[in-house]
Amino acid sequence: MPKLLSEKEALKAYRDMLLIRRFEERSSQLYGMGLIAGFCHLYNGQEAIVVGIQAVLNPVDTVITAYRDHGHMLACGMDPKGVMAELTGRIDGYSKGKGGSMHMFSREKNFFGGHGIVGAQVPIGTGLAFAHKYKEDRGVSVTFMGEGATNQGQVYESYNMASLWKLPIVYIIENNHYGMGTSQERSSAGPNYYGRGQGWNIPGEQADGMVLQDVMEAAKKALDHARSGKGPYILEFDTYRYRGHSMSDPAKYRSKEEVEEVRRHRDPIDQFKAYILKTLKVKEDQIKTIEEGVKAIILEAVEFAKNSPEPDPSELYTDVLKEVTSHV
Amino acid sequence: MFKSLTVREALRDAMAEEMVRDETVFLLGEEVGEYNGAYKVSQGLLDTFGARRVVDTPITEHGFAGLGVGAAFGGLRPIVEFMTFNFSMQAMDQIINSAAKTLYMSGGQMGCPIVFRGPNGAASRVGAQHSQCYASWYAHCPGLKVISPYSAGDAKALLKAAIRDMNPVIFLENELLYGQTFNDVSQDPDYVLPIGKALVRREGKDVTLTAFSLMVGKALEAADRLAEEGIEAEVIDLRTLRPFDVETIVVSVMKTNRVVSIEESWPFAGIGSEIAALLMEHAFDYLDAPVMRVTGADVPMPYAANLEHLALPQVESIVEAAKAVCYHS
Repeated sequence: MPKLLSEKEALKAYRDMLLIRRFEERSSQLYGMGLIAGFCHLYNGQEAIVVGIQAVLNPVDTVITAYRDHGHMLACGMDPKGVMAELTGRIDGYSKGKGGSMHMFSREKNFFGGHGIVGAQVPIGTGLAFAHKYKEDRGVSVTFMGEGATNQGQVYESYNMASLWKLPIVYIIENNHYGMGTSQERSSAGPNYYGRGQGWNIPGEQADGMVLQDVMEAAKKALDHARSGKGPYILEFDTYRYRGHSMSDPAKYRSKEEVEEVRRHRDPIDQFKAYILKTLKVKEDQIKTIEEGVKAIILEAVEFAKNSPEPDPSELYTDVLKEVTSHV
Repeated sequence: MFKSLTVREALRDAMAEEMVRDETVFLLGEEVGEYNGAYKVSQGLLDTFGARRVVDTPITEHGFAGLGVGAAFGGLRPIVEFMTFNFSMQAMDQIINSAAKTLYMSGGQMGCPIVFRGPNGAASRVGAQHSQCYASWYAHCPGLKVISPYSAGDAKALLKAAIRDMNPVIFLENELLYGQTFNDVSQDPDYVLPIGKALVRREGKDVTLTAFSLMVGKALEAADRLAEEGIEAEVIDLRTLRPFDVETIVVSVMKTNRVVSIEESWPFAGIGSEIAALLMEHAFDYLDAPVMRVTGADVPMPYAANLEHLALPQVESIVEAAKAVCYHS
């Protein structure tokens, strides 16, 4: 396995994956306690994908995804306190409590959401790529979708325009094999998703989304392709979500054994931990320090999210329209 | 200072001037470039600004509307042309869920400066799927601004305002107005009109007629006829449907005490229904007669010439409604 990561980078990647895992576990608890409500889609199991891709991005690159988005936000460096406070619907959340789990953004980190309509983020991500090209800023749009979204027509409308205009975009398909309760076999004709760009001359590739180094390697190649002006690239990552589709889903459409099998043998965090202990000779106590650091960050985020006030009633009617005009 | 131009030319000049003023403004849509616009509204823009800024799209409304939204998030100012607004139904999720709601959902962080424009409403003999007015559909939604001008001067000054606005704007044009000439077009590139202000196009003391887009012309014709019968109608051109200028209507009603609302679209939950409700809230004591609505017939648009004529508001029906609220036989 090629050494893509220095020890420092590896420890950061481990920390970021663990942060997402612990954040989601705590979100689940807070949901059970009634502090988080509505739709809440957890990312447990898929952590290597966002962390691996984020590791090879440039600051100018833009990221957009659908509603299973907590991991993407934490991976791009958004503050866990602000994310958690949004989940609890408080004023210090990234959207002042008005967006919720599926609707958070950070212009500072070039994270463009957080979108609740399956597939709708794909043309928007294609538009971000259009803007990169128009502004000639050498940025790439990284547009995530689940395999379930790939049956939406607008995905193919986007592939067509992206290829036609050679837009700098990498489409990332996180294939966790279930679109809500419908398995891949029951929803999708055809053998794969990465090959679905063929009709538009878009190269595609599949990699193991449970192995961080594999994600990084594939992502680096795809980003180089898009950044060099060759147009879009499709990456499909084989992954798995441990939890139901959302908090209200008991996941009866798959067996406990299936989930356990993945957890035991393919968990991205366990696999990466084993790799850095063995290959990079990282010490157990370094791991322990990271784990304790993550625990402290999560505890702090939870306290912050519990104590932040609800938005003032006057916020109901703010942010509907921007009342300034362009001053170019 | 004011020049005589067709609505079509005025719209093109508005886009051209704003593209000169602001490098981030670009035009995107079907046939906008090499074909010079399905209705020739973008005539000459490709030659002037090149293919980077005048972008011919495939027939892919949902996709290019979403792409426009993403480009706006990414710092550009797209003008998205729908060949007609009928096709915007393919793209409505992107317009409402992505463009209109994101500022709110982000707690004010994002915003989507984008204009969706194109002809709206019935043209002539094009049948049900190509003859529909979307005014009340879009005006229903918080987070959008909705403009529907009548004259060439308003079309230019309001389109320029829409392009400069920081919000998503729906700009509803009318195919039958494109070729009409108005002597009211400002040549000052900095002249814009405020969005959200109606205009009293004709003063009168007996009855208020409200209309927008093509129907303003019908209302003005009806006012001429009514004058012959001794009824002085005040004609209000709404110009913007969201935010809605209720004040101008209320001031007029305080004088006339009678209102007829005219629109091409269907009656149920239409702009006229909203005007009736607003007047109940804001001018109940000033009304001497119920608000009357003259609307398109509550049917899909028929193709047959005689049926199409019956399905659309005509000058006669406006005159009749105005007389009815004036209790004038």
